[in-house]
This record gives sequence, structure tokens and C-alpha cells, in this order.
Amino acid sequence: MLGLQLRKKRLSRSTGGDLVIFAFLAAGAAFMALPLVFAISNAFKPLNELFIFPPQFFVRNPTMNNFTDLFVLMGKSWVPISRYFFNSVFIVSIGMLGNVITGSLAAYALSKHEFPGKNFLNELVVLSLMFAPAVTAIPNYLTISYIGWVNTYWAVIVPAWQWTLGLYLMKKFIDAMIPDTLIEAARIDGASELRIYARIVMPIVKPAWLTLVILVFQQLWGVTGGMFIYAEELKTLPYALSQLAAGGIARQGVASAVTLMMMSVPIVIFIINQSKIVETMGTSGMGGE
Amino acid sequence: MSSVVTRAPAIGPEGGTQGKLAKLWESVYAARVTYLFLLPFFSLFLAFTVFPVVLSIVLSFTYFNMLQWPTWIGWNNYIRLFLADDVFLISVKNTLFFSAITGPLSYFMCFIFAWFINELQPKVRAFMTLLFYAPSISGNAFLIWTLLFSGDTYGYINGFLMYWGFVDRPVQWLLDPTYMMSIVIIVVLWMSLGTSFLVFIAGLQGISSSLFEAGAIDGIRNRWQELWFLTIPAMRGYMMFGAIISITGSFNAAGQLVALTGPTPTDYATWTVMQHLNDYGNVRYEMGYASAIAVLLFLTMVATQKIVQRLLNKVGS
Repeated sequence: MLGLQLRKKRLSRSTGGDLVIFAFLAAGAAFMALPLVFAISNAFKPLNELFIFPPQFFVRNPTMNNFTDLFVLMGKSWVPISRYFFNSVFIVSIGMLGNVITGSLAAYALSKHEFPGKNFLNELVVLSLMFAPAVTAIPNYLTISYIGWVNTYWAVIVPAWQWTLGLYLMKKFIDAMIPDTLIEAARIDGASELRIYARIVMPIVKPAWLTLVILVFQQLWGVTGGMFIYAEELKTLPYALSQLAAGGIARQGVASAVTLMMMSVPIVIFIINQSKIVETMGTSGMGGE
Repeated sequence: MSSVVTRAPAIGPEGGTQGKLAKLWESVYAARVTYLFLLPFFSLFLAFTVFPVVLSIVLSFTYFNMLQWPTWIGWNNYIRLFLADDVFLISVKNTLFFSAITGPLSYFMCFIFAWFINELQPKVRAFMTLLFYAPSISGNAFLIWTLLFSGDTYGYINGFLMYWGFVDRPVQWLLDPTYMMSIVIIVVLWMSLGTSFLVFIAGLQGISSSLFEAGAIDGIRNRWQELWFLTIPAMRGYMMFGAIISITGSFNAAGQLVALTGPTPTDYATWTVMQHLNDYGNVRYEMGYASAIAVLLFLTMVATQKIVQRLLNKVGS
């Protein structure tokens, strides 16, 4: 029955409660899905349907024209579109890798080690989450230009390696999922700290860093380079696509195709990671299913 | 390796400060491997977060236009904010109203929906997670809402209302102060099932099922008792995480508001503190003044976080 059937029937589950939950989920799902369905539908609308009155929610004569127009425009791009694509892939993958490594190393130490300054660092991490990023942008520009990274990939990659939210997330998961006794047992067995981190901590908190990967991907995927990167051949795919989509009513169809393409990539990443998370939960015997 | 575990420092013959320093050094030295783990993150953190934050706190006491060297003006920026800047006071009022609604609501939505979804079968669960998470992951897809609420007759809501005769002329949804704030709140809530929602989902799946089995034996009768006595206590660490996301998300809101109601909203009806900050920081280049706004916003968020932390400590105990 439409997914309402519980993962396992527990005594504590009443049918009435199931119905309440189902009603809430259905209402919520409709609210969440409508604009997305609309975005998908729009991408396949011919130009005249985009400006019809009264406006139609669903497409009547679906067409691929918006996409072919987009590809034609891509082909005319001065810098080949594959270059923008490479730039995005490079920034996202290196940024993500460094982010997960620095964040999880520090999170393990903050969660399971005792050392002078531990409480101070933990406080500092939480406080730093609450400072408006807008004002730190200019000092960071000065730092980056001082190092000489302006107009390089590193200007956007390296600052992404100290994402406090990611560290905080990893720490919460290590706190909750890894018992101190496990670490102590490994130490008694003579495992080095690096080995404990790589062979015990990281495999157990795999759901945490897979979640982190989704979040960081989303952060970095939208990066346009902004004030740091001004060379056209170093700019990213979102920047190039937004340029193609700009251009008033004539490009409205292309714009809706771009919207669909831009949002489908993070969604694919999400689906892949989510299925891995479920898999991990299944094999590690941690709760879940 | 035992070198990481802090050993009880040997008690030296000398006491006093020198002894304390020696003890501290000994425990620091014992934890040297720990510091290596912390080094990559915190050296970058120092350069790209701590340094800029400290700098902007200092700058908040100066006049700094980015061209001339900053001049020290003491508390003047703060005095000006409260006594000579009416627009700032409007933005404070708007931000408090906006945060009071979107902060708690987005938090409860994240938790309740994550908890509901966790009750489903794995395959359905993955699909529902995607559906609820999609709005926040899909970049600027929220601009769809500007089409829905567009003020001309092509706007879908106007088109619908006019077709069925509810109104005889298009409503300026995003320009009329009567509706602006409500619409912005709806759209922001729609997008709010993001980071904390995902973390709640992962956290809920990480709770060991033996906890619930033991609970059933101990006399947990229904899912609401299970939620209160077992799930929420097990989720406490993630709950604080989610609270911080909701606090920062609602107090820092600016981008979506600008995209919906424009850079200069009618009568400043959706003008938030963050927009005021951006206006002074990125448009007028009054960095000292912008920093003062950032410091005030920061203090407000820290205070809110402390209150929420106290509340969360009471829940489920």
C-alpha cells in the first residue's frame, strides 16, 4: 500500500498514527514536488506555450527545441563548453576531497582525543558558524591576493577545505556513532592513530561523510568564481550556462532548459550517495534496516 | 599508540606557575599526534575564518571606505545604527519577525518530516527523502516561484484567480507590502528542508534498533512515547546541529529575498539586517558600518543559540 507499510511492524505502531503520518507526508510531498514538476514541464515547452494566457501548468506539445537551442549556443561558445565543464569538475572534486579529509581528521581529534585547548576549539567552531560570511569576504580576498592565488582554481578550492559546518557535522556523528571503548580497544591492540582513523572511524561514519559529500557538492557546484576568477577559460559551468540563459524573452526557453540541467546534477549525486548510505546502514548492522 | 592519551603529569618538585606551565607543556607534548590531526583544518580556519572575523570586529569601531586607511571612531557606528538609521530599525523588525517564524518552523519541519520518512520502507524512504530535499538542492529553481507569483496576467496565480473570477485585475504579489513578507516566508520554508533534514535522516537511521527493542520491553506503548523517551535523547547531538542551521539560516536570510522581491523592496517590507549589511558592505563600501551590523547580528545569533541549547537540554529528559 503506497509505501505506508512500515519497515517492520512494531507493536508500538497504531493504524491511526500511520494515517496521520501518511496525510502529512502526502501534503508535504505535493507542496515540495509541484514547483519541480513545473520546472521539468517548462523545460519541454515551446516558446509560445511559455507565454500563453491563461498560463498552463503542464506542457501540451512537448519539444526538445529548448535543449537543441542550448546545445547550438554551447557550440558557439568562445571558450569550448568542455573547458567550463572541466573547471567545474576539477574545483568540485578537489574541493570536496580536501574538505572531507581536513574536516574528518579534525573532527575525530576533537571528538575522541583529550588535549589542552579542546573546549576552546569546540566553542570556537560553533561561534564561527554564526558570523555573517558577507563581511569576511573582503579580508579573504586580501589574503588570497597576498598569497597570489587570484585567478587560479586555488582561490575557491582552498577556502572550501575549512568548512566549519562540515567539521561540526562529522564531530556530531563521531560522537554519536563511535563508542570510546572501541577506540581504546584498538589502542590497546597497538593500532596507530592514523590507522584507527582510516580503518575504524571512517568506515563506521561512512553515512556521515557521504552526507557531507552531498552538502559540499551542492556548495561547490554553484561556485562561479565571483571576484576571485576573472579569466574566461577558468570560469565554471554554472557561470557559462547562466550567460547562455541571459538574454530576455528570446532565451526564455533556453533558460528553462538550463534550470533543469543545473538542478539535475546535484540530484543525481544525491541519489547515488543516498543509495550508498542505505547500503552501509544495511551491512554495518547499525539500526536502520 | 599510547602517546595520544594524556598521561597524568609527573608531579615535579617545584610548585606554582612554573610547575603549572611544565604540566601544561607535558600534556601538550603528550597530545602531539592530536595536534597533527587538527593542523590542516585549523591552520586554514585561522587564515580564512578567524582572521577575517577578528579583523571585522576591530573594523566595526572604525570608519573604513576601502580607499583610505581606517580611522578609529569608537562606538559611533553602533550609535548611528540605533539613533540615526531608520532603515536599520525596519530591517531589525523584519528580521526578528521573519526569523521567529521561519527558524522554529523550518526546524520542526526538518525533524518531523525526517522522522515520518524514517518510518517508511527503505526504497520509498529514499524517494521521499529526494522529493523533500530537492527544492533546497536545485539551485535557483526557486525562481519558479517568481513565475507563479508574477504580478502580470502571465503569472500563474494571477492567471488562475482571474480565470475563475476571484480578482478582476492582476495582484502585485511581489510588490505589494501586504503580501510580500508572507510569500517570502512560504518560499523560504519550501526550501528549508536542506542540511538539517539530511542530517536528521542520517542520524535517525544510525540509531541502533536494539534501543527500540529494549524500549518495547521497558513499556514504551506508542510511537509518540518512543519519540520522546528514546529517539529525541539519541538524536540530541544532531538536534543542536539542526538548531544552529535554522538560527543562522533565518537570521542570515537575504539572497532568496532579493531574488523574490528585488534589491529595493517596496517600503522596505522584506528588507532584512543581512540585506542592510550587504548594502553597506558591497554597494556603499562602508566596511566599518557593515562590520558593526555583522557584530550585532553575530551577538544576536549567539544569544539565541544559548537559549535554544538550554531548551534542548530539557527536552526528552
